[in-house]
Order: sequence, then C-alpha cells, then structure tokens
Amino acid sequence: MRLNELTAHELRQKIERRDVKIEDAVGAVLDRISEVDGAIRAYVTVAREQALAKARAADERLARGEPTRLLEGVPVAIKDVMCTRGLETTCSSKILKGFIPPYDATVVERLERAGAIIIGKTNMDEFAMGSSTENSGLLPTKNPWDLERVPGGSSGGSAAAIAADEATAALGSDTGGSVRQPASFCGVVGLKPTYGLVSRYGLIAFASSLDQIGPITRDVHDCALVLSVIAGHDPLDSTSVPRPSRDYTKDLVPDVRGMRIGVPKEYFGEGMAPGVRAAVGAALKKLQDMGAILADVSLPHSEYALATYYLVAPAEASSNLARYDGVRYGFRARGCEDSITMMTKTRSEGFGPEVKRRIMLGTYALSAGYYEAYYLKALKVRTLLARDFDRAFEKCDCLVGPTSPTVAFKFGEKTDDPLAMYLSDIYTVTANLAGIPGISIPCGFGEDGMPVGLQILGKHFDEGTVLRVAYAFEQATDFHKKKPEFRSGMSETTGVR
Amino acid sequence: MSRATLQPEVTEAARELEHPEFETVIGLEVHVELSTDSKIFCGCSTRFDAPPNSHTCPVCLGLPGVLPVLNRKAVEYAILTALALNCDIASFSKFDRKNYFYPDLPKNYQISQYDLPLATGGYIDVPVDGDTRRVRVKRVHLEEDAGKSLHEGGTITGSSFSLEDYNRTGVPLLEIVSEPDIRSPQEAYAYLSMLRSILRYLGVSDCKMEEGSLRCDANISVRPKGSSAFGTQTELKNLNSFRAVEKGLAYEAKRQAEVLARGEKVVRETRHWDEARQMTVPLRGKEQAHDYRYFPEPDLVPLEIDESWVDDIRRALPELPGARRERLIREYGLPEYDAALITESRDLADYFEDAVAHYGADAKAVSNWVMGELARLMNATGTDIRDVRVSPEALAAMLKMMDKGVISGKIAKAVFEEMFTTGKPPDQVVAERGLVQITDEGELAKVVDEVIAENQPVADEVRAGKDKAMTFLVGQVMKKTRGRANPQAVNRLLRDRLRP
Repeated sequence: MRLNELTAHELRQKIERRDVKIEDAVGAVLDRISEVDGAIRAYVTVAREQALAKARAADERLARGEPTRLLEGVPVAIKDVMCTRGLETTCSSKILKGFIPPYDATVVERLERAGAIIIGKTNMDEFAMGSSTENSGLLPTKNPWDLERVPGGSSGGSAAAIAADEATAALGSDTGGSVRQPASFCGVVGLKPTYGLVSRYGLIAFASSLDQIGPITRDVHDCALVLSVIAGHDPLDSTSVPRPSRDYTKDLVPDVRGMRIGVPKEYFGEGMAPGVRAAVGAALKKLQDMGAILADVSLPHSEYALATYYLVAPAEASSNLARYDGVRYGFRARGCEDSITMMTKTRSEGFGPEVKRRIMLGTYALSAGYYEAYYLKALKVRTLLARDFDRAFEKCDCLVGPTSPTVAFKFGEKTDDPLAMYLSDIYTVTANLAGIPGISIPCGFGEDGMPVGLQILGKHFDEGTVLRVAYAFEQATDFHKKKPEFRSGMSETTGVR
Repeated sequence: MSRATLQPEVTEAARELEHPEFETVIGLEVHVELSTDSKIFCGCSTRFDAPPNSHTCPVCLGLPGVLPVLNRKAVEYAILTALALNCDIASFSKFDRKNYFYPDLPKNYQISQYDLPLATGGYIDVPVDGDTRRVRVKRVHLEEDAGKSLHEGGTITGSSFSLEDYNRTGVPLLEIVSEPDIRSPQEAYAYLSMLRSILRYLGVSDCKMEEGSLRCDANISVRPKGSSAFGTQTELKNLNSFRAVEKGLAYEAKRQAEVLARGEKVVRETRHWDEARQMTVPLRGKEQAHDYRYFPEPDLVPLEIDESWVDDIRRALPELPGARRERLIREYGLPEYDAALITESRDLADYFEDAVAHYGADAKAVSNWVMGELARLMNATGTDIRDVRVSPEALAAMLKMMDKGVISGKIAKAVFEEMFTTGKPPDQVVAERGLVQITDEGELAKVVDEVIAENQPVADEVRAGKDKAMTFLVGQVMKKTRGRANPQAVNRLLRDRLRP
C-alpha cells in the first residue's frame, strides 16, 4: 500500500515508529495529486513547497527526539472556506480571488499544532451553497467513483480528495449536509459535530447559526482522531461551548449490544432511490444482528425542514455575504464612477447565479413586512424540529437512516432545477437546524455501483455515541475499504497537471 | 472646558423663532462613544487621532471568517450609564444586525440592538430656567461605530476617490433615546448638557462633539398649543455642536409652524442641518427608503445580565450632578446658579470642594474665584480644569493672604494670573514681585504727600469738593506704589490732608 493510501492513524503509527519519514508521506500525497488531480480537480490550491518545508521541519523535530503529536505528519486538505494564513482562500468564488488571509482559522491552527501538514485548499460550491460542487466559480470536481458524476457538495473537493487518496484527512464544513452528503457520494466518512463544539473562527460564514466544521476521513477512527484535535472551546467564537477537550478515540468501542437505535419513518419516504433503500435497509439489519435494538420513531415536523432551512440559511447568508463589495479585498469591478456603482458591479460580476439566488431569497425573507411571515416563522419551526429530536432521543440513543435519498448524480442532471438539487439535502438539513451531530459512513453500494452513506444522528454533544455506533458498524463491514476502480488505470489516461 | 460648558447661552434669536400658537415636541437620539481601552468586539485600541487604519485587525476590518467577541467593559459602562439614567436593566437582551451598504461599514451590517435593548424606562431631571423638567429615557442600547470616509477634495460629490479609515470601526457606542418630552430647543440644549455632565461624571465617555464622541439626532414636530396628539415629525441630522442642536431645532420648529400656519402639511422626512446656510434641508429621498432588515446576530449569544453584577455596578455609581448640586446648596449655602455651574463638571466641583476644604471660610468667595478668574483664564487659554496649575490648596492660600490684608483684591488678580501661568504658590509670587501691600502708614503718607505736591490743581479741586478728582489722586498713589497700597488707607490719608 502506498503512503498516500494509508489512514491517518496508520500513518501516524508508522511515523511514530520512525518507519516513515514525514517528507515521504507528504511527497506521496503531492505525487498523487500530480498524478490524478488533473482529472479529479479536488484542489483549488496546492501548497506544495510550504507542505514540503513543514514536513522537513517536522522530521527534524522528531529527529531531535521531540514527541510525536496526535496528527504528526498527517497530510490534511482544507476546504477553501477556511482561512489559511498566507494561502489564498477563495470559497471557490471569483469575488474572493486573490484574497490571502492574514490569519489562520482556529481549526487550522489546532491541526498544525497537532502536527498535521496542510496540503492545500479544496474545491467547493461557491460559498458552500450547493450539493454537487457544480456551483464552484472556479472549476468542477469529479467523483472518483465515476468521473461523469458529481462528488456531492458543498465539500465535494475534500470528499473527492479523500476518496482519490489525494489527502490523508480533510476538513469540510456542513451547513445543511455539506460534509455528510459528499462523504456519502464519495464513499468516505464525514462528521458534522454539534453546533458549538468546533470553533467557527476563520470559517467564512454561509449561515452562521448552522455552519459547523467537520472531518472527512477514510474511516471512523480517523474521524475521531481529527475531531479530538479540532473540537474544544475557543474564546474567539462566542458560540463555541466551553467544555473540556476529549479524546474521541476512547469512544471507539465495537459493540452496539443493547443500544436503542431509532429509525425515523420520515427518512424513508418518496424520492428515495431503490438502491439506497436496499443498502440502508441491509445496514439496519446488520446493526440489529450485532445486537442493537431498532425502534420506529417519528420526527413529525420533518416535512417542513427543507423549507425552514431555505429561509434561515439564505437570510443569514444575505447578511454574511454583504461584506464582499470590492472595497477592501478580493475582486473589484473596474471603471466605476462612484462607490455604490462599484459595489453593485463588483457583486454582479463576482458572485455566481446560485449565490445571487440565495442572497435574493434571504433579502426578501428579512424585508419589512415579510420578516414575521418568513424568517420569524422559520425560527419557530426550527424550535419544533429540535423538539422532535428531543422526543425521539427520550426513547433511543441515536437515529439511523440514509444520508441522501440518492447516490451521486451526473453532471448537469439537477443544475437547471434548484429545487431538485435542494432535495438532495432533505435528510441532512434537520441536524443543522437542531444543532445535533451527524455522521455519514459507507454502508454499501446502490445504483450503478455508486457508494451509499448511512447517517447516524446523536444527541447534542453526544458525538461519542455516534462514533461508537459508526465504528462498530465499520468494524463489522468492509465497505470503507473499497476504493474507486479508477486508481489503477488513472495515471495512464490523464496527464500530470 | 470652554465657556460654553460653564454658561449655557440662550440666544435671543432662538427665542424669537418660536411661534406662540404652536408647541414644539422634541425627542433626542444621542450616540456616545464609550471610553473603553479596546473596541467592542475585538482587542484594538479605541484611541482617537491615530494614523489611519493603524488600530485595525481582521475582526474590525470584517475580513472573511472573523467573529465578534463582546467587550465586558463596554457592557459594564452601558449598565453604569443606564443606572445613572434611572433605567431598568434587562436581564436578557440580544444583539441584532442592521443591514445597509456603505463603504465605511466593513461588514455592510452594523451589530446593534433592536427589539430587546440593554435598558429601558429611565429619566433625566433637567434644570431649565430655575425649574426642573423630567425627560424620560426610552431606551439605552449598545452597538458598534462605523469608520470614516475621507473624500478627495473634501466633499463626496465631485471627488475622484474616497479613502476609508477604519480606526473608529468597532468603537463601542451607546445609543440613548429620549421620549418626546422636550418642549423647546432650549430644553433640548439643557437635556444634552445634563446628559453630557452625567456621562462625564461616570467617566464612561469624554463626550467631545467636535471629535464625534457625542453625536445627536433629533425628532421634532409641532402641534397647536393645548393639543395632545403629535404632529408629523421630521428627523434632524448633522447637528455637530450644542449650538447646532439648539439652532437647528429652532429653525425647524419655526419652519414647521409656518407650514402648519399656511394650512399645509409637514412632510415626514429626514432633514440635514446646513451650518453654512443656517437652515435645514431635506436629504435625498433614496437615503430615507432604508429597510435595515434587522435580525438576531447569530455570531453572538444573548446578553444575560445577572442581578448581582448590576448591584455591584450600582454600588460603584458616583454622586451625580443633580445630587451634588443640591448638596452644594445645602452644605455650603451656594446660590442655585453657582451650584449648577460648578457641578456641571465633576472635576470642577471636586476642585471647588477641595479649595473650600483648604480655605475653611466663605465658600461663596471660593465660588466667585472659580467662576470668575479661574473660568476666565481657563477659557482664554483653552485649559481643562484637570490641567490647571493652580492647586485648590494654592487658591485657598491666596484667599487667606487677602483676608489677612497681605495683598489687596486687585493685586490678588495679578497674583492669581501668575499662579495660573507659572504654577508658583501665591507667597512666592508675592515675594518675587514685591507685591506685599504697604501697611506702613508712614511710608504711605510720604507717597500721598508727594502726589498732592505734584498735582496741586487737582488737590484744589478736591478741596472744592469734587469727588472725581479724589479718584484721580487715589489712582496716582496706586500707580506710584505699583498697586501695593491699600485703597481704603490711601483714601483716608488723602481725606485727612485735603478735607480735614
């Protein structure tokens, strides 16, 4: 197995034993990027020289006898929505082209303090708005399982990079499913933590009350490892919750006997692909066989979740994205007579159509005379949705269902129909509205052999239970070990970028 | 400390503008920059006058990805102020975003408080013409300040570019909104003076209108006298000085009264006080059509203030100007007028009380010197009371020298001026300049005889009973003694010789 194909915990162990030099591990990932990223296009920026320099410095540290840290030498890809000091950060938007942050996001700082090596920045739907990464203002990312299909979104670049072995671990951000859905489409593991567990400082905001950063990894062990590093209170984020740090790998117990797993009937409704239904059904059966107790539960307000989400998220986005006006940084339209024209033209030329659509939706929802009917009502429904979960969790330890109603779809299939695209997140948005944690793990293959994700939702700050069930399932199955077919033949058909 | 702060002048012109058949109704919206060391949502300095953009960071520049963290000191100052204004402190309040595009606003929204402000329901007792008017305070809330646009050439129209200075961005602002309880431009002036005085007593703001640390917008309407319904209001902006507040409101009251007198209707609009033309003009309609799309700030948690914190702050409340004024009248027997002027500034009142303590005698004498010579010299030299070089103790020492007859009242003025300029104690000034009063009758008599000898025709006039001539001779003696003679003694000696 090549170094770039290892999991983070495997690689770290080899580094700790001095079996592997960090420079070689980073080099293997960079080579892989050169080899396949011309076809996959997971990255918008590769920090080759920086990463190699840091790798060499890390090797020297270890040679001096310094301790091996939690993510020592692990090559990590960062979704281009998180600020990296000195490294261009664009949110895959033309409007931020050329923006080089003077500071690191808290998660980036924490990763580097734990020894991780930042490899580069991954592609995404512009400002994280989308479910296929087709809304990227810079380039399209392909699904490594089928280059004619989308990787999901908005963290499509990070999920594709993990699936194609172009990084060992990655970070994504999840506002309505943007970590879990691409993880599901690309056959990898993706976790959205409880709102407030991971600092949002340096995460370029889409919808502040929904956004959370989460790991995208090859297996659940890596997910727990990365979460242990990035979670924890940050005084720079007022919404981050003061709780002691925790080693989530301690929760990785391969045993679900006696655990009560709720199956929400609303998550198996219309629009669900038969292949997905079959794979998720088999997974439920597997959990039952492993000793878990399945229980039917209901989340009665689920049908309003998507509508609620598409009021709350655009409303916040319309305000969060107001700062991109060409005055201080990023793209500025030229040849304008006055500042208002300059701001207007900058935004007209700099934003893509989906971003504009959501800014307009949100502006409308917050406007005088509509606020009560839309935004305020959405906040009330949000409370009802959270209450649905509270009730369900009275009876069970976690909830299990599909991550997305379908497998990865083909390019262009949904771009002309925003509503069809929005439906891709129908099972994921609720967790964001309620603030609870959710993970997507590979649970089989559906239509055309594409991966299917199993979603496990937990109580607030009960990532431990979510990870435990995910880990137990993973240990009992082999789905996560399966790699996309393309990797053997890929290098012959695509040139080095 | 300027003359204006000691002496709220009410111009006759302002009074004349009023229409007797109409009543004016005014509410003021005051913005005060809090004098915390750091900004409201980041650690940058709030210092005024630093080089452009030197006090900025990713947070106050609104760079992508940053988040606000509320400054506890700003909340403390806000609570302190709200308590001094007799408000109820909300145990639960929250921040909201006020959305509008402007280049001096880095995020293109301002973090403010909308439907759940920090404090509500207070009042200020304002002394007006020897009476006290109670003006209710509707709400007090916290928000962030914006930056400053500098237009090439000075005006926005016709300039080819603008520059932005974000040093002021994120300086904590307190918005204090009054109920429409103010009934004249003079009352508005008095309310603003009292408010500023309170804020300075609290030490929460330096309240300099010229530096923009105190800003005032006004809502004004007029109605027929005796009516209880409100007329249509206009909002008045660009009131950049206390004087502008008074004059702008007086102009607008008259304008509205004339509109109504003509049988026309007042248009609800925002108007701009044009200082150069001394009139109010409507702002362009476009700027009035703002929909700020307020919604709860998701990056901050609600502000929960527990009772014990409020109690701690309440205990730290200093004696406020109103209470101190009453006490000065009661304890020192000062006239109302003196007490009001001296207590307008906490430092001035401290100075006064300190001087009285050292003097131990007539407080009115101290008050006369503080309001007279001290105020005159401070005003002439633009000196703040905190920088005055005459200590209260030195003033008291000088007054004692007068009482003992060491120096005359006239000499004392010269001595005080030198003390003010050099900071020397009074005995040193008197000794160095030989200003000790001549108390030796023999020495004085010699000078008197000389003056009579040199001015025989005038002496004759005195002998003939002309008092004016007597004054001249006294003056001549004072001149020869360089003012060191006791005028009463000179008078007596002259009288002895010329009108025995």
